[in-house]
Amino acid sequence: MSEAVVRWASGPVIRARTRGLFRSYEALAVGELGLLGEVIQLDKDEIVAQVYEDTTGLRPGDRVVGTGLPLSVRLGPGILGRIFDGLLRPLEGATDFRLAPGGLREAPAKFPFEPKVAVGDMLAPGQCFGEVPGRRAHRCMLPPGPGGRVLRIAAQGEYGDREAVLELDDGSGTPRAVALAHDWPVRTPRPSAARLAPNAPMITGQRILDTLFPVARGSRAALPGGFGTGKTILQEALAKWCDADVIVYVGCGERGNEMAEVLDEFPALEDPRTGRPLMERAVIIANTSNMPVAAREASIYTAITVAEYFRDQGQHVALMADSTSRWAEALREVSGRLGELPGEAGYPAYLSARLAGFYERAARVTTLGGDEGSVTIIGAVSPPAGDFSEPVTLHTKRFVRCFWALDSERAKARFYPAIHPLTSYSEDAVRVAPWWQAHGNSEWGTHREAGEARAHGAHRRQGRAAARAAGGAHLRRPRQRGPAQAVVLLEGGPLLLAQAAGRDAQDHRALPRPRRARGRRGRRAGADRRPAPARHAVAARRGVRRGPARRHRGPVAGDRRCVPSDRGRRR
Amino acid sequence: MRFAELTVAGAARRLEGPLLFLERTVDVGLNSAVEVLGGDGSRRIGRVATLDEERMVVEVLESTAGLALGDTRVRVHHNPLSFGVGPGLLGRIFDSIGTPIDGGPPVAATEFLPVSGPSINPAFRALPRDFIETGISTIDLMNSLVRGQKLPLFSGGGLPHDRMATEIAQRARLVGEESGRFAVVFAGIGVSHDTAQSFREAMEETGAIGRTVMFLNRADEPSAQRLLTPRYALTAAEHLAFNEGLHVLVVMTDMTNYCEALREVSASHGEVPSRKGYPGYMYSDLASIYERAGCIKGLPGTLTQLPILTMPADDIGHPIPDLTGYITEGQIVLDRELDRRGIFPPVRVLPSLSRLMSSGTGEGYTHPDHPALANQLFAAYARATRVRVLASVMGVEGLTPVDRKFLQFGDTFEERIVAQAAGRTLEDSMRVGWEILRALPASELTRLSRKQIERYMTAAHG
Repeated sequence: MSEAVVRWASGPVIRARTRGLFRSYEALAVGELGLLGEVIQLDKDEIVAQVYEDTTGLRPGDRVVGTGLPLSVRLGPGILGRIFDGLLRPLEGATDFRLAPGGLREAPAKFPFEPKVAVGDMLAPGQCFGEVPGRRAHRCMLPPGPGGRVLRIAAQGEYGDREAVLELDDGSGTPRAVALAHDWPVRTPRPSAARLAPNAPMITGQRILDTLFPVARGSRAALPGGFGTGKTILQEALAKWCDADVIVYVGCGERGNEMAEVLDEFPALEDPRTGRPLMERAVIIANTSNMPVAAREASIYTAITVAEYFRDQGQHVALMADSTSRWAEALREVSGRLGELPGEAGYPAYLSARLAGFYERAARVTTLGGDEGSVTIIGAVSPPAGDFSEPVTLHTKRFVRCFWALDSERAKARFYPAIHPLTSYSEDAVRVAPWWQAHGNSEWGTHREAGEARAHGAHRRQGRAAARAAGGAHLRRPRQRGPAQAVVLLEGGPLLLAQAAGRDAQDHRALPRPRRARGRRGRRAGADRRPAPARHAVAARRGVRRGPARRHRGPVAGDRRCVPSDRGRRR
Repeated sequence: MRFAELTVAGAARRLEGPLLFLERTVDVGLNSAVEVLGGDGSRRIGRVATLDEERMVVEVLESTAGLALGDTRVRVHHNPLSFGVGPGLLGRIFDSIGTPIDGGPPVAATEFLPVSGPSINPAFRALPRDFIETGISTIDLMNSLVRGQKLPLFSGGGLPHDRMATEIAQRARLVGEESGRFAVVFAGIGVSHDTAQSFREAMEETGAIGRTVMFLNRADEPSAQRLLTPRYALTAAEHLAFNEGLHVLVVMTDMTNYCEALREVSASHGEVPSRKGYPGYMYSDLASIYERAGCIKGLPGTLTQLPILTMPADDIGHPIPDLTGYITEGQIVLDRELDRRGIFPPVRVLPSLSRLMSSGTGEGYTHPDHPALANQLFAAYARATRVRVLASVMGVEGLTPVDRKFLQFGDTFEERIVAQAAGRTLEDSMRVGWEILRALPASELTRLSRKQIERYMTAAHG
C-alpha cells in the first residue's frame, strides 16, 4: 500500500506528499484515527484529498495510507433493517451518542450459510451460489467479475462475512475466493445483463400519484417543494406503502429527528404484503445535516449502490433520496474549498452531469444472473424559497420522468399530499397504461387523460370566472370599481380556480379504481396522516361517480386554498 | 491535556483581517484553540484554521485592531475551543465566550466540553414526544412545542418577539411530574443592551433567574464572537440536559445577527459567496447549531430550542428564514398586520407549523381531542380568511349565511384565541377553542367526530 505525509491541512481538505502510487478517487485512511478520505487531485508527488470526517487535531506530518481501491462499501448479508451513516458504517453499533471521528466500526458477525451449488458446477457472475436463511432469505450472488468452475464450496454452517465460502477456477491460474460480502466502489454503477424499458407501475399507495402521475418501476421521479410542504412526510409515506421489495431511504443532510421518527415508526408498522415489520425491508442511510459535509456527498452514491446490490438479487428496489438539494450543496461546498470556478448560483459546473449520472442509475434490468430487478429513484428537491427556477430543480427536471411538484398554498391549508395537479407531470403514464390494461382496467389510460384534461380545463375556466366575478363586483359596488377589480383579478381569480380545480381533483378521486388485490393499501396510506380526505374519498367512491360538477361540502372542500404560485409555468 | 499549552513569540508574519499568519514553530493540530496576546497583554481567542509545513494560519475570533507583528504572542492550547462546565451554572450570566460578567467567581469546571458540540448519532436519538406548555394558545393549541424540538419564531423588526420569548421563558412548564426539572438558557446574539437588560429583569421578577443561564453578546461586540455565542450557550445547555438530566429550553435571539456575522466573516476570508452574499455553507453551519436540539435514548434530559430571527423586509423567502425553515421542525410566524391591530401575541396561524405536533399531542400526551380541535380550528380559520377575500370583493351582503358565520368566526378567532392578555393553560385554550367553534353550524365541523360534536358543541358543556 502506498503512503503519504500530510503537508497542508485546512478544513476537510488536505494535501499530502506521496511515497508510491496513488490513484484518482482512491480511498485513504488519514492520520492516527484512520479518518476516511478520498483523493481528488494529483499534482506531481502531491495528492489533494477530501476527508469525510471531522479533521480536528490533524497536523502536517500525519500519515496517509492508500487503500488501493476507490471509495467502496461492503455489500453483504446484514444490511437490511439497519441504519448506517453515509459511508455505510453502522450507526447503532456505537457506544456513545456523540459521533466521534473514526468511531464507527462494523462489529464482526457470523451468518448462517446454505450452499446452493456443488463442486464442479459452472458459475457465472450474478448467479446464486448460496443463501443466508432467515425471515428474509438473503441470496448470495457471485459478484461481478470472472465466473468459472466451483473448486470448493463451504458446507452449511456459520461464517463471517469476510470468510471465503467459495473458490472458483476462473482460468487465471489462481482460484478466485468469494466471501459472503464484497466491496464495491460507490461511484461505479453495478453491471447488468440488459437494461429494459420500464413497463409496470410502482404502486405508491397515494391516490393522486397512482392515478394521475404514475411512476414506473425502474423510473425516476423528483419531488420538489419549499419547506413545510411535506416532502419528507410524502417520502416516508411512499417508503411505507409503495410495493417495492426493498426500500433504501437516504436522509442526506436532513433532520436528525426525522431519522429518529423513521426508526421509531418503521419497526412498529406492518408490511401489508408480508405481515412483517416494515423495517425488515428497509435500509436507512442517515447523513444528517450536522454530520460531515463530504460524507453527505458520498451518501447518495452509497445509497444507490446498496439499491443496485438488491436489484442484482432480482428485487424491485425503491430509493428515497431526501434531499438531493443538500447533496448538491455538499458538492458546492467541497468544490468551493477546492477553489474550483463556480457555475450558476455557486454550484460547480459539473452539477448537471452529476445529477444526470445519479438519476441514470435508476433502471429496470435483467441482472447478470438472469432475473428481473429494478431501482426506482424518488428524489426530493428543496428549492430555496420554493423557487422552482433554481439550478438543482431545473437540472433535475431534465433528467427525471415524473415531476411531483408540492404546493405551499395547499400545505398551508393542511391539505396533504400537497401535490399540485397542474405543475406536476408524469412521462411514465403512457408506459404503464398497457400494464393496467393487462391487469383488468382496460380504460385506465382514457380515464387518466380525461382526469388531466379536466384539471387543465379548470385552469382555463379561471380566466372567465375571474372576469365574471369582476363584472359582478362592478355592478354591485360601482364606487369601488377600481380596487375591487384589482382584488378580484389578483386574488379572486386564483381563488375561484382553486374551487374549480378542487372540484376536479375530487372527481379524479372518483375515477374507477384498478381492480387489484392490493387496492386496500391506497386507503391505508391515506388514513396514515390525513384521515379526513381519505374518509371523503371513500364516500366519493361509493357515491356518485363523475357526475355533473357538484358543490362539495366535504372536509376537503372546506379547507382548500390552493392558489397555484407558479401556475402554468410548464404548460 | 487541557493545560498543555505553549506560548509562541515573534512568529507572526502577516495579519490580514481576522487571519494571522505565523511561522509554524510548534506542533499543533487543526482547530486547536489559541489565545492571541497583543503587546499590551490584551487577550483574543482564535483557532488554528490552516496548517502547512512552514506556516500556520490562526483565525482570530475577536477584533484584531491594535495587534502588531513584532510583539504579538500566541498561546497554543492542544484542544479545540472548549467551555468549562460544572455545578453552579444556573443563575449565572456570561459573555459570548463564557467569561462570567455578573461579578461572580468563575464556574468551578468539572469538565471541558468543546463548544462545537458533538454530532448526535441519529440512531441514538429518541423521538421527541412530551408536550411543553408555553402559555400561548397559538403555540400550545395549534402548533405544539415538544421537548427536543427546535421551533423558531420568524419575526420582523419592530415586532414583539422579545416580549414573547421572555414570556415563554418565564411561563414555560412541563406537564406532569417532571415540572421541577426545567431550565432556560438564554443566548443573546448581537442584542442591544436594553434587550439583554429587560430579559434579565423579567426573569428576576418572576424568580425564574435561578433556573436560567444567560450568554450575552451585545451589538457592539465583534461579529466573530457572535459565531461563538450560540455555541457556548448550547454547550452549557448540553451539559445541563445530558449530564445533569434537566429539560432545557434554549432561547436564541437574534439568529439574523448570527447569519450577518457569518457573512461578514466569510467575506473577510475571501470565500465564494452564494445567495445574497451569504456563504454556501450557511445551511451546514446553521444545522450545526439547530441540530444540537434533541432527546437521547436512555438519558433523562432534553434540549429544546426556540431560536428567534427577524426576517429582513418580512420576507420569508430570504436565505436566513428559508434555510432555517429547512432545518427546524416547523416555525411560528409573527404578523405585522395583527400587531398593528393590537393583537398580542401576533402569531400568523396559517403559515405556522409544528412538525412534531402529532407525536406530542393527543391521547397519552395532552388531551385525546386536542389534535381534532386543532385541525378543526385550522380548517375553519383557513376558510374564514378565504371568505374575507371574497367579502372584500362582493361585500358582506353577497355572502351566503354560512360564509358570513365563517367571516365572524375569523374575527372571533383572532380576538379570543390569538390575542391573550395573560398566560393560558392548555385546558383554558381548549375551552376557548370549543366555545368559539359553537358559533359555526355543526354540519360544517367536518374535522370533528360525531361524538366530539355531541360532547362539546352543546352550550351545557364547559
